[in-house]
Amino acid sequence: MRQSNGWVHLILIISCFLAVFPVLWILATSFKPEAEVFSSSIQWIPETFTLENYKTVLTRSNGIFLTWFKNSVLIALFTTLVGLVLSTTAAYAISRYKFRGRSGVELSVLITQMFPGALLIIPLYLIINKLGLLNSYFGIILAYSTVSVPFCIMNLKSFFDTIPYELEEAARVDGLSHLGTFVRIVLPLSLPGLAVTAFYSFITAWNEFLIAITLMNEETMYTLPIGLQQFVNQFNTDYHLMAAAAILITLPVLCFFLFAQRYLISGMTAGGTKG
Amino acid sequence: MSTRNNAWIAYVFLAPVFIVMTLLVFIPLAQGISYSFTNMNQYNMGNQFLPPSYEWIGLKNYSDLFGTIFQPKSVFRDVLVQTAIWTFVNVFFHFTLGLFLALLLNRKIKGRGIYRMLLMVPWAVPSFVGAFAWQWMYNDKYGLFNLVLKNLGLPAVPWLGDSFWAMFSAILVNVWIGIPFMMVTLLGGLQSIPESLYEAARIDGATWWQQLKNITLPLLKPVAATATTLGIIWTFNMFNIIYLITGGGPVHSTEILVTYAYREAFRNWNLGIASTYGVVILSVLIVFTLFYRRVLKANANEGVYY
Repeated sequence: MRQSNGWVHLILIISCFLAVFPVLWILATSFKPEAEVFSSSIQWIPETFTLENYKTVLTRSNGIFLTWFKNSVLIALFTTLVGLVLSTTAAYAISRYKFRGRSGVELSVLITQMFPGALLIIPLYLIINKLGLLNSYFGIILAYSTVSVPFCIMNLKSFFDTIPYELEEAARVDGLSHLGTFVRIVLPLSLPGLAVTAFYSFITAWNEFLIAITLMNEETMYTLPIGLQQFVNQFNTDYHLMAAAAILITLPVLCFFLFAQRYLISGMTAGGTKG
Repeated sequence: MSTRNNAWIAYVFLAPVFIVMTLLVFIPLAQGISYSFTNMNQYNMGNQFLPPSYEWIGLKNYSDLFGTIFQPKSVFRDVLVQTAIWTFVNVFFHFTLGLFLALLLNRKIKGRGIYRMLLMVPWAVPSFVGAFAWQWMYNDKYGLFNLVLKNLGLPAVPWLGDSFWAMFSAILVNVWIGIPFMMVTLLGGLQSIPESLYEAARIDGATWWQQLKNITLPLLKPVAATATTLGIIWTFNMFNIIYLITGGGPVHSTEILVTYAYREAFRNWNLGIASTYGVVILSVLIVFTLFYRRVLKANANEGVYY
């Protein structure tokens, strides 16, 4: 089929513009002085280019933005760690062994993964409140592991499924124990799978909003998504500052995601994640 | 696969997860369901210092919800209808536009990698940041959209101020966010269809439309079914966009089940009613998930691993 691809390029260019323009618009907003943001002219390139918004975001209230950043990093990191540690052996068992109740286990993992935060959050809130763990890393990491553990299990199971079983049989014949086979043969082979799962788990926790606003109500314990909302409440929506904060939050994730995307998709569809 | 007499190993490997999930998911879930039979609210829910004092009220919450369905004014019915509209319209556009873009990207054209990467941006941006960007563009006075309309000499649109436009605006944002996943998944499906089938069809003189109808769509069906079912579940559960863009308003008009359950719980502190909504959500999701599993199994039997 030799035909002109001109119209294909045209449609794709328009689509790409529609995909990126909201991000470009906040990027432009973030470099504009306040007066230019709240004016009725459309400027894709700021007339007066300024870094003032970024400076304000990073320094206001004794650099609270950096505290939120630290909270987000620590919570996402530990959630990922807990998720991986708990789920690797479980995913391996579901992938490799036949046992009574296996399909029940698989189904309950699948259903748990589909839960909206909105459902579990009520009992979790009451428990965490009762334990006095509101506004603590430990409380929110517990709540996040209800999301990350089932996700990690499904994802890792689909990776373990792709590793040929003959390797483990050979190792067992050579006298390795069940645990030894798992640690010395299976884990090294599934490092890429572990990395992708860890990355996705981290991003999910980084972006989580619903559980965070419910469990963290002290300003110093906010994560970035709730912190971003602060600009609405305190200053009656300072869009120029919010834009700068949004860019600071998005940039690391965006770069990494676009870089790693080709490795993620197979795992995504096999395991399924929350949106 | 290992033999059945190794089953004990599986139980050992599952034990840690089992304990944690029991404490963090299964018991709280059972509690959540039991709250739906109580009148729990902020005064009687108990806390660190005060024991709870809510009462068992049987099926009253359920009859309060379902009893209103045929009455002229029913928030529950409105929320159900809005959830259905929200889910259907979103997934419809995710799928059709995602498929359209996937078909374009499946052609051998220059710059395909760059197009693909740019089209992924809405998915890569955290959803709360995407929501913020759109909310800013929807701003009545200084938002991009109304400025563009003004420059064209057209009247401003109340993007978030009117019940029709608010739903429209929220759906538009979620369509924007959801297309890339569908596009990339369907593209994967398209690329797994052997080129030789198209060659044979072309030799037989099949038109572009016949190829699409008789080769592409039937072979894409397993991937499409999986992605669509997942899409339905995610959209049904999508809390962030509604909460951040419209907050459910104006006057409940963009509220869906998950956002309304949240409002009842943590704004109105009607935890009993909120748990009842939770049970409704759970029931719908179990049906979806069972369906999803059937789709996955059917595909596995056809040898497609997505």
